[in-house]
Amino acid sequence: MIRSLLLASAACALAFPAAAETVAIVNARIEPVSSAAIPNGVLVIKDGKIAAVGAGVAVPAGAKVIDAKGGVVTPGLVAPASNLSASEIGGVRETRDDGTGSALSAAFDIAYSVNPASPMIGLARDGGITSSAVTPVLSGSGGGAHEHADDGVVEEMTAGKDGSGDPPLFGGQAAFVRLKAGASDIVEASKLAVTVSLGESGARAAGGSRGADLVLIRSALEDARAFASRRAAFEQGATRDFGLSRLDLQALIPVVQGKTPLLIRVSRAADIRQALKLAADEKVRIILEGVEEGWLVAPEIAKAGVPVIVDPQADLPDSFEALGSRLDNAARLNAAGVTVAINGARDFNNLRQERLNAGLAVANGLPYAAGLASVTLIPARIWGQDGRIGSLDVGKVADVVVWNGDPLETTSWPLNVFVGGVEQPQDSRQTQLRDRYAASDQSGYPPAYR
Amino acid sequence: MIRWRNAAAAASLLALGLSACATTGTTAPAKPAAQGAGKPAEKAEAKPLPKGLDGQASTGFPSTYQPLPSSPTVFTGATVLTATGQQIDNGVVFVSGGKISAVGGPDTPIPADVAVIDAKGKWITPGIIDAHSHLGVYPSPGVQARSDGNEATDPNTAQVWAEHSVWPQDPGFNRARAGGVTTLQILPGSANLFGGRSVTLKNVPALTMQGMKFPDAPYGLKMACGENPKRVYGGKGRSPSTAMGNVYGYRKAWIDAADYARKWDDYRAKQQKGEKADAPKRDLQLETLAGVLKGEILVQNHCYRADEEAVMIDIAKEFGYKVTMFHHAVESYKIAPLLAREGICSATWASWTGFKMESLDGIDANAAILWKNGACVVIHSDDPIMTQRLNQEAAIAMTAGNKLGYGISRAEAIKWITANPAKAMGIGDKTGSLEPGKAADLVVWSRDPFSVYAQAEKVFIDGALIYDRQDKRFQPKSDFELGQPGQGAFN
Repeated sequence: MIRSLLLASAACALAFPAAAETVAIVNARIEPVSSAAIPNGVLVIKDGKIAAVGAGVAVPAGAKVIDAKGGVVTPGLVAPASNLSASEIGGVRETRDDGTGSALSAAFDIAYSVNPASPMIGLARDGGITSSAVTPVLSGSGGGAHEHADDGVVEEMTAGKDGSGDPPLFGGQAAFVRLKAGASDIVEASKLAVTVSLGESGARAAGGSRGADLVLIRSALEDARAFASRRAAFEQGATRDFGLSRLDLQALIPVVQGKTPLLIRVSRAADIRQALKLAADEKVRIILEGVEEGWLVAPEIAKAGVPVIVDPQADLPDSFEALGSRLDNAARLNAAGVTVAINGARDFNNLRQERLNAGLAVANGLPYAAGLASVTLIPARIWGQDGRIGSLDVGKVADVVVWNGDPLETTSWPLNVFVGGVEQPQDSRQTQLRDRYAASDQSGYPPAYR
Repeated sequence: MIRWRNAAAAASLLALGLSACATTGTTAPAKPAAQGAGKPAEKAEAKPLPKGLDGQASTGFPSTYQPLPSSPTVFTGATVLTATGQQIDNGVVFVSGGKISAVGGPDTPIPADVAVIDAKGKWITPGIIDAHSHLGVYPSPGVQARSDGNEATDPNTAQVWAEHSVWPQDPGFNRARAGGVTTLQILPGSANLFGGRSVTLKNVPALTMQGMKFPDAPYGLKMACGENPKRVYGGKGRSPSTAMGNVYGYRKAWIDAADYARKWDDYRAKQQKGEKADAPKRDLQLETLAGVLKGEILVQNHCYRADEEAVMIDIAKEFGYKVTMFHHAVESYKIAPLLAREGICSATWASWTGFKMESLDGIDANAAILWKNGACVVIHSDDPIMTQRLNQEAAIAMTAGNKLGYGISRAEAIKWITANPAKAMGIGDKTGSLEPGKAADLVVWSRDPFSVYAQAEKVFIDGALIYDRQDKRFQPKSDFELGQPGQGAFN
């Protein structure tokens, strides 16, 4: 009993991270991602930033030394598109804040949904994730990448309100969070992109077909341009009717100005071509997500300079728009010159899967360096964060993970996780549950006392 | 196929728990036990029941599975995980007649005139067994017209059989095979308290379900705890709408089943004594439930929460049946000693948590804590993607334990996706481990199968090569995939 209480207070003490200090990680294989691996190097963190990286780097006096014992040091992993911090339990609507009902479309801003206290953040960080793009789902389109029907029962996983009415055309605006434990605000950037779907899900939002979806999207962009240039007239009611509300048009202005991209969820090769054409015609920047049949049109995606976010596990013809899905999609896209970021699972709070997905892509032909970049520097770049994070370069913010082995491997785990140079607690609901029940306790008291 | 003159014998078979209806045999049903086949049946002159009215005599839907062609083969030089707790370095596996003939170290005698596959640097494991799959019943592509996994029209549909929903052309079977999966338990979904019978399939391409059906595997009964049944029926304004409504539903059904079993037992006893007797009307729902009470059908119980598992154990005791395995079972770690004591397996994931309220407390160390307590662990998929990499899911579960310092070896963890699911599906005497006499269901991996980079290179079922990553001739495609953009490509 007394031992249990001591354990409990020790757990509490771990709940808040220490302040930034000077840290030297030694005896490590360092993967800067932006340059070649250093087989046995030292990485120094000072004032929250990476102060030095290299083979012959001296350990500063007074630095806390972490002996990686031959482990691997990487940048903190970046989740390229998740609902982390905006959604906790897929099947519990009250915890779903990652999509909008019919009231809003492009204007839905997921930055307001971010909960820095979400218990799922610790779980993600425990898997080496230190930051994430948080992207809205389309209401009525399920949880995300896989519409998993738990044991065959289709779940009501719709975000937002009660799902009445048609899902909106646009999902809303994406944000970017860094997973700093104990921080009151983890939103690093907001209004980073507006999400939209093509293909089956987009068709559903547009009332039934792709033909309607593309027409409505193009019309919305045209309206946003008109709205931007005739703002005063709009306020006086002197413009024609627009298809979207004032708020939604407002949100699309940076898109039509080419400042922020559209994040387009798309699967079928023909729909990918439509997305590329849309970008060219409308002169908007785009990011493609899903892209299961991307390998069929890889040279066109590469030529357009459009980055993609893929799930390398998606190899089933599980819908009529993804009949060409295959395990080497990421490898083929990369070989064609496409910038590839790799996603974990949007559902099941399984962001750990991201690094294993990169490993799977490597097993199916993606070069290892590209695999590592696909979960670090590339997603950071896609979201405009690569000036600060994504690689181990001197001067960048110290989002750093020390692994006990290959970070893409099933049998590895993070030994130390730093966000902004601050070592993070390796503590989550899951680890606390684990420790409670893994403990052997002869006190005669139930686990609730542990 | 048990004839009427053997009715009395069938009654005694029941007592022995050996009923033919519990199996999916290709061969003739079990022979009547000698002591039951004699005089009483001769004395009985009761009229046989019309065809189809006696469940014991039902011909059912017998397996037509035939092993594909094979020849005696020796694998040398591989690291062999036998799933009996052994890791053999530089091992020898000798396969002949579709069975494992010998497994051992480099000194194992090799017959002269057999093909030798040099597997140096490779790893060999038993074929992977997925104890929780909806392939075929929720096939790809996932469209309403092929959504055949849940007969969500009544909380008790014990009368339906998953095998009647299986679409053998599901491309998912091919993907799973490329991941080393040789045997699958296909279950109905979890919308209902009693979802229906499961079916065990050999993962071979076949034109019919019967062509995949695992010979002589017992049936399972899918039961579901928790949120799904009460949501599905509560949403329709019907019972169950609460957890207590669920439990009432189970108990009511078991009372009916026990009563039904008693009526048939009485009937057969009278028959045996030559007395006049009216047979009860055959009821497919009650026949399945009675099969559980007789120990012929294994209970495969979807149940996430530890406290609900404990209630299900008590219900099983009240009615005298056994829960073979809890599926999903994300909280089993909380009652690991109880599950070890009761001899109940837990089939679970390592990496999914918090996707619904009842999965909120899922942890990656669930399997490891169960293992540490001596409870039976199975890693399952419930997913056409994960089933392709159950080796990696087991690796994550193993690693979670090793993070706690448990020192779980690969030789142990491989059991979670081979020997243990085989046991929990009632086929542990036939497959699931590399032991002489067992089916030569095995996988040659490119490297340590617990690595993210491992790939199944060759997959064998009953000694026949059914998948080869290097040879297009052994990469079967579903009819559905012909003429489609992917052309069945998975390599």
